[in-house]
Amino acid sequence: MNVLTKLLTGAALGLAVAVTAVPMAQAETPPNMLVIANRIDDITTLDPAESFEFAGSDVSRNVYMKLVNFDPADLEAGYQPEIAESWTVSDDGKSITFTIREGLKFHSGNPITAADVEFSLRRAVILNKTPAFILTQFGFNEENVGDTIKIDGNTVTITTDKPYALSFVLNCLTSTIGGIVDMQTVMANEADGDMGNTWLKTNTAGSGAYSLVSWKPNESVTLQSNPDYYLGAPAMERVIVRHVAESASQRLLLERGDIDVARNLNPEDIAGAREAEGVKIYDELRGRLMYLSFNQKHPELSKPEVRQAMKYLVDYEGMQNSFLNGQYVTHQNFLPKTFLGAVDENPFSMNVEKAKELLAAAGFPEGIELEAGVREAQERIEIAQTFQNALAQVGIKLNITVGTAKQILARYRSRELDVYVGAWGPDYPDPHTNAGTFTYNPDNSDAAQATGLLAWRNSWDTGGLTEKTAAAVVENDRDKRAAMYADIQAQFRETSPFVVMFQKIEQAAMRDNVQNLNLGGATTAVSYWPVTK
Amino acid sequence: MALAESKREGRKRASFAPFLKTAGSSLLSVAVTMLGLLLVTFIIGRVMPIDPVLAIVGERASKETYDAVYEQLGLDRPIIVQFFYYISDVVRGDFGMSLLNARPVSEDIARVFPATLELATLGTIFGVLVGVPLGVIAGVRRGSWIDQIARVVALVGYSMPIFWLGLMGLLIFYGILGWVGGPGRLDIFYQDIVPTRTGMILIDSAISGHWDVFRNAFSHLILPASLLGYYSMAYISRMTRSFILEQMSAEYIITARVKGMSERAVIWRHAFRNIRVQLITVIALSYANLLEGSVLTEIIFSWPGIGSYITTALLSADMNAVLGGTVVVGLIFICLNILSDLLYRIFDPRSK
Repeated sequence: MNVLTKLLTGAALGLAVAVTAVPMAQAETPPNMLVIANRIDDITTLDPAESFEFAGSDVSRNVYMKLVNFDPADLEAGYQPEIAESWTVSDDGKSITFTIREGLKFHSGNPITAADVEFSLRRAVILNKTPAFILTQFGFNEENVGDTIKIDGNTVTITTDKPYALSFVLNCLTSTIGGIVDMQTVMANEADGDMGNTWLKTNTAGSGAYSLVSWKPNESVTLQSNPDYYLGAPAMERVIVRHVAESASQRLLLERGDIDVARNLNPEDIAGAREAEGVKIYDELRGRLMYLSFNQKHPELSKPEVRQAMKYLVDYEGMQNSFLNGQYVTHQNFLPKTFLGAVDENPFSMNVEKAKELLAAAGFPEGIELEAGVREAQERIEIAQTFQNALAQVGIKLNITVGTAKQILARYRSRELDVYVGAWGPDYPDPHTNAGTFTYNPDNSDAAQATGLLAWRNSWDTGGLTEKTAAAVVENDRDKRAAMYADIQAQFRETSPFVVMFQKIEQAAMRDNVQNLNLGGATTAVSYWPVTK
Repeated sequence: MALAESKREGRKRASFAPFLKTAGSSLLSVAVTMLGLLLVTFIIGRVMPIDPVLAIVGERASKETYDAVYEQLGLDRPIIVQFFYYISDVVRGDFGMSLLNARPVSEDIARVFPATLELATLGTIFGVLVGVPLGVIAGVRRGSWIDQIARVVALVGYSMPIFWLGLMGLLIFYGILGWVGGPGRLDIFYQDIVPTRTGMILIDSAISGHWDVFRNAFSHLILPASLLGYYSMAYISRMTRSFILEQMSAEYIITARVKGMSERAVIWRHAFRNIRVQLITVIALSYANLLEGSVLTEIIFSWPGIGSYITTALLSADMNAVLGGTVVVGLIFICLNILSDLLYRIFDPRSK
C-alpha cells in the first residue's frame, strides 16, 4: 500500500466515523433560554449616548433603565416611572424635578443615585453624538449642562429653554439616549477624556433586566438575566440573538426548533411558516413609514392641484395586497398609528380620472418628464415602478434613478430631485419627531441648509404648519396636544407635497410556546423580560 | 591549508549570494504587489458611490454633524495625504478602527478569518481527496462511463448556483433528515464552552478535549465545507484529467508500458509524478479562492467568515475594514504563491 492509498483510506475512514457520530439537531431550545434570529449587522455601538440603530436599540432597551420608560404590557399608556419614582414641574413649566427610586442597583452592584442620572444626561449632551439632538433640542449644551441638569440630594432637576409639553420631554427621555449608565464603572474606563465612550461602544454599564455577556459583530449578542432587576428576575435567563441574514435560513432554524423567534422572514417564508407545525406568526405595527415627496422648486409640482393629483395616482391597495403583502398597511398620515395624536384617516385611493381632472385644472402640460430618486431597496423600487405606471396613464413620464444612499440622498438633501421615494422612522416616541421634520420649516431658503428637515429638502413652505407645529410642542394639555396634531395632519394630507402611503408591520414567526414577546410597537424596541416559554 | 579554506569561504559566499539575491527580489516583489494592491483598493474605496460619513451619522444628521465627522475621518485632507497616513499605519500593523463597530479591524479579522480558514481547508481537503483520483481515473479511462460521470459531476459543480445548492442542502440534510447542524458554527448549547486559541473550533475543541463540541462543530461544518469542496473538486478533477491526458500520450509512458511495467505503476509512479507540479498550482489557486471567502455560502450558512465581513463592510462604507480584509486576502494569495514556488523546488528537480 503506497502513501497516497494509505492517506485516502485513512481520510475516508475518519470522515465516515465523524459523520456517523454527528448528533441529530436539538428539537427545541432550553426552557429558560430565548434564541432569536435577527439581522444585527446594523449595530455600530452599544453606548446609549451614541446608539441610533434598530438592533442596537433592542440591546439598549433590555440593558439600560431610564428615568421613565414604556411598559411592554401597555405601550399605549405612554411613559411610566422607572428610575424616577415621581416628578414635579415648576410653575414656569421649564423645570422638571425627578425623585430617584431608592434601592436600585446597577449590574456592577453599585447603587443607582441621582449623580448617575445627572452624569448620564450631561454626558450625552457633552459627547454630542448623532442622537444628541433629542436632548439638545431642549436648549442643553456643553456650556450650560452644569446649570440645566443638576442634582439636589435624591432628586435631579432638568431645566429647558422653553416650557415644552411635559409629554414631549418625558417621551424623549424614554429613547435610547435616556439610558442611565453606571458613572463609577464608566469613568473607571475613561480614555483621553472620552467619558468612557470608547469602552461603552462595546461594553455595557446598565441596570436593566439583562446584562451583556458578549457582542460579536455580525454574529451574535448574548444577554444574561439580572437577578436583581427591580421588577423581578426575568423568566428567560439567557437571551441569544443570532445574526442570520437569510430569510430561508431563519425559517429552517425555526421549524427545526433551533431558534424560538425569526424576525426577518420575507412574505413567502411567512406564508410557509404559517403552515408549519408548532409555529405561529405575530404581527406588530412599527413606526416606519413609506412616502413619496415632490420638490416644490419644480414649477408644475408646486401647484396645489398637482400635489392633490399625485395622491390619487398611488395604488395603495394594489401594492399593499401584492408585493408588500403583510409587511405594510396603508396609512396616509405622518404620525404612525399608536403615536400620541395619530389619526386613522386614509381618504385617498387610486383614481386616475380624478387625477386627470386635477391636472387639467392646474394646466399641467402634456408629455412632461420627471425624475424620481430611489435607493436600491427592492420594495422601494417596486413602489417607484408602480407609481411610474400610474403616471404614464395621465401622460407623465417618470424616469427612475436607482442609486446608493450616497448618490440619492446627497441629491435629495441638495433639493435636486423632482420626486423621492423614501422611508422614515421616528427618532423618539413623541409626535414632534415626525411633525418636526414633515411640517416644520422655519426658513425655506437654500442658504438655510436645513438638510435634516424633510419639508426643507422638498423646498416646501409649509403654509402655517410650521407655527402650528411649534405651538403643539409646547402644549401641556395632553388631549389638546393630540387634537392639535390631528388638525395639523388634516391640513398636511390635503396640502403637503408628501404622499404618505404605508406603515410598517413587523411579522415575527415564533415557536408557539413563546409568550408575551413585545417587539416595541411604533414607539420603542423589543422587550425580553416579560417573555415566558 | 589557508588557501583551501579561503576557497571554501569563497564558494560559500558565492552560493549564498544568489540566495540573498532571490530572497531580496522576492521580498521586493511582495512589497510592490502589496503597495499596488493597497493603492488600487484605496482608490476604489474613495471613488465608490458610498459615503462613510452618512453611514456613521445617519441620513437625518444636520450639516454641522456631517461636517464634523467628515473632518474627524480625515476626509477633508488631500487623497494622497490620506493614502500616506493609511500606508504608514498599515506598515505598523494597524488597520485602524472599524468605522461601524468601533473595534480594531485587526481584531475583527482575527475573529472572522479562522472561520473561513477552517471552512476552506476542509473544503479543499474534500476537493483534493475526491477530485484528484476522479480526474486521474477519468483521464486514464477517457470516454468510459466513469469519465462521463466525472464530466457531468464537474459540469453540475460549475453551473449550479451555490445559493440554490446551499439552500437545498440545508433543506434536505438539516431541515428534513436532521443529519447535520444548521446555519452557524455551533448549536447554542455548545457556544462559549471552548477557550479560543486558534479561532478554529475543530482545533480548539480538540486541544481542550471537548469532543462533544468537536462533533457539533463538525456537524455544522460538514455541509458548507462539502459544498465548497464540491466546487473545488469540480475544478481540480477537470484540470487533473487534462494534465493526465497530456502525460498518457507521452513517449516515456509508451516506453514504460513496453518495458512491461504494470498499469498502476505507469499511472501513479510515472504520469502522476509528472503532473504534481501543475496540480500544486491548481490546488493552491483553488484554496486561495476559498480563503477569499465564499460570500453566498457564508450568508446561507450564517458563517461569520471574511467574505461576508468584507461584503458587509463594503455595503456599510466601512473602508478601514474593507482595506484590512483586502490586505489579508492579498497576503494569502502572495503566501500561497510563495508556498507553491517552494513546493515546485521540492517536486521538480529542474527548478533547483
